[in-house]
Amino acid sequence: MSAFTKKIRALIVDDEELARHVIRELLQCHPEIEILAECANGFEAAKAFAEHQPSLIFLDVQMPKLTGFDVLELIGTDVSVIFITAYDQYAMRAFEVHAVDYLLKPIGRERFEAALERAKRRMGEKMPPAHELAAAARPPQQFLERLVVKDGTRVTLIPVGKLDYAEAQDDYVALASQGKKHLKQQTIAGLEAGLNPDSFVRIHRSYIVNLERVVRIEPYGKDSRLAILTDGARLPVSRAGYARLKALLDERK
Amino acid sequence: MDALSSRRNRLRLYKIAWLPVCALLIYLVVSTGGMGWLETAVLMVPLAGLGEFISLSAWYSCKFRPIQRSTILNLIGTHLGAALLLSLLWVGMGKLLAHFLSILPWFQGLDARFTPKVGLVYGAGCILYLLSVAFHYVALAQDASREAEAHALKSSLLARDAELKALKAQVNPHFLFNSLNSISALTSIDPAKAREMCILLAEFLRMTLGLGEKSNILLAEEMALLDRFLAIEKVRFGARLKLEEDIQEQSKPMLVLPLLLQPLVENAVIHGIANLPAGGSIRLVAHCHDGRLSIIVENTFDPESRPARRDGLGLANVRRRLEGRYGEEATMQVSAEGDCFRVHLSLPAESGASLN
Repeated sequence: MSAFTKKIRALIVDDEELARHVIRELLQCHPEIEILAECANGFEAAKAFAEHQPSLIFLDVQMPKLTGFDVLELIGTDVSVIFITAYDQYAMRAFEVHAVDYLLKPIGRERFEAALERAKRRMGEKMPPAHELAAAARPPQQFLERLVVKDGTRVTLIPVGKLDYAEAQDDYVALASQGKKHLKQQTIAGLEAGLNPDSFVRIHRSYIVNLERVVRIEPYGKDSRLAILTDGARLPVSRAGYARLKALLDERK
Repeated sequence: MDALSSRRNRLRLYKIAWLPVCALLIYLVVSTGGMGWLETAVLMVPLAGLGEFISLSAWYSCKFRPIQRSTILNLIGTHLGAALLLSLLWVGMGKLLAHFLSILPWFQGLDARFTPKVGLVYGAGCILYLLSVAFHYVALAQDASREAEAHALKSSLLARDAELKALKAQVNPHFLFNSLNSISALTSIDPAKAREMCILLAEFLRMTLGLGEKSNILLAEEMALLDRFLAIEKVRFGARLKLEEDIQEQSKPMLVLPLLLQPLVENAVIHGIANLPAGGSIRLVAHCHDGRLSIIVENTFDPESRPARRDGLGLANVRRRLEGRYGEEATMQVSAEGDCFRVHLSLPAESGASLN
């Protein structure tokens, strides 16, 4: 290795001190890798990422509040991630499907070296979108419990029960919750796939509504309608959207 | 034998029983004189068929007046009234039939010959109807006991099923792999601690296997298992996991179902502590009072994260095991106030001190 080769800047993210220690120890014989920071949770990870702009992250999947997938969603895909999990058959399958590097606890030297080699080779490639990975890692019949949004440097968690509606805006969705709107980089179809279809309905090409919030439906124009929400918001309802809404409401009766 | 086919068999029995009844009726009418065998048979066979049909209606009056929940007066009133009325209807039909038969050349004067028998047939009708009432009460009681039997069988099956599921789910692979990872980290930092943790893990596994086979264990034994479990988790979570125990000495020799508390404590770790970046505490309380054993498992949790479905399953399992073992005698209360999640079990205090 020449002196001009830039060091690989890395982050270690795991909520368990001992687990972080194992990674640090395994990296001891890799002088080309510089550990910039160790993070004990997702919030610290997002902050450290913004601060250091690392190119490699060792990322635990199961962490409090923010999971590894949430972290990936916050930091974007321009980074190599090696996921770490103790036992999660769905996450493991998702990693296989998306050809993402991952390590199983307890972490063995051989596996670690192989993953590191592969990560080095693929450095500079983009990671698959976080929400796709997360969706693939969710057990069947389970839906999102909360949404993670980054407003500037602030991370906001919105429990899905508090989501009033979502509106498509180009490459983003605007999430309306408790009188505020949060922008999140995701397609509305991607969001729809993660929400429980018993509670959320796609009422329009650009709108998903929380069924609990709908007060009434009013006719509007020739072929369309308006959904009036508890907070007074008025959302357009397409003909197909009305059919879906009605089917769901009838089911609930 | 399933309920439907048993009902079908019963109906067949009922119908067959009417054959001797019909013969008896004919004999009664003929033996009292004035009518011939043939004409009596021609008249009584269809009449008996009709009677069989009418008496089936006793099923409704029996349903309407369940024998355990009705007064004698009500029972007598209902059934006697129905017997008098329906028998009148029946004899009326008999009279009508006799009238029409009289038109035929072979049975001329049958109507007149039948008239003196009306009282006799009426009385027989009343008695037959009341017999049918008795038959239906027996049938209903049989149904009820069969139903109770099926219900008991089903709930005992459910309890055993829950038991098996609970035991199978005991050693959470996540727990095992994380513990092994902690041990692997400790081997270089603190080998003595690594060895200690290996032993804790081995003891925990051994206890899980051993206790799971018993039907009752002492609370002290369950606590020993929980201590191992929590000691391991304490290594993993470090300062994030705080423990409080308040186990009253006299509650320790009480009997509990094996591994009843373990899933509750495991939930407290997985859904409580593990979800809190700054950690939290788990509190275990066991008290004996007035013949009841009261056990509380309490933990800090993040009120913003919805309890996952696995959590609910674990709790449902504990509830089912309690129901299977103690029936109405045990209660389980689950509550979440602020950031405190609490499961409170109350069971009959049964001392197992004499077992050891």
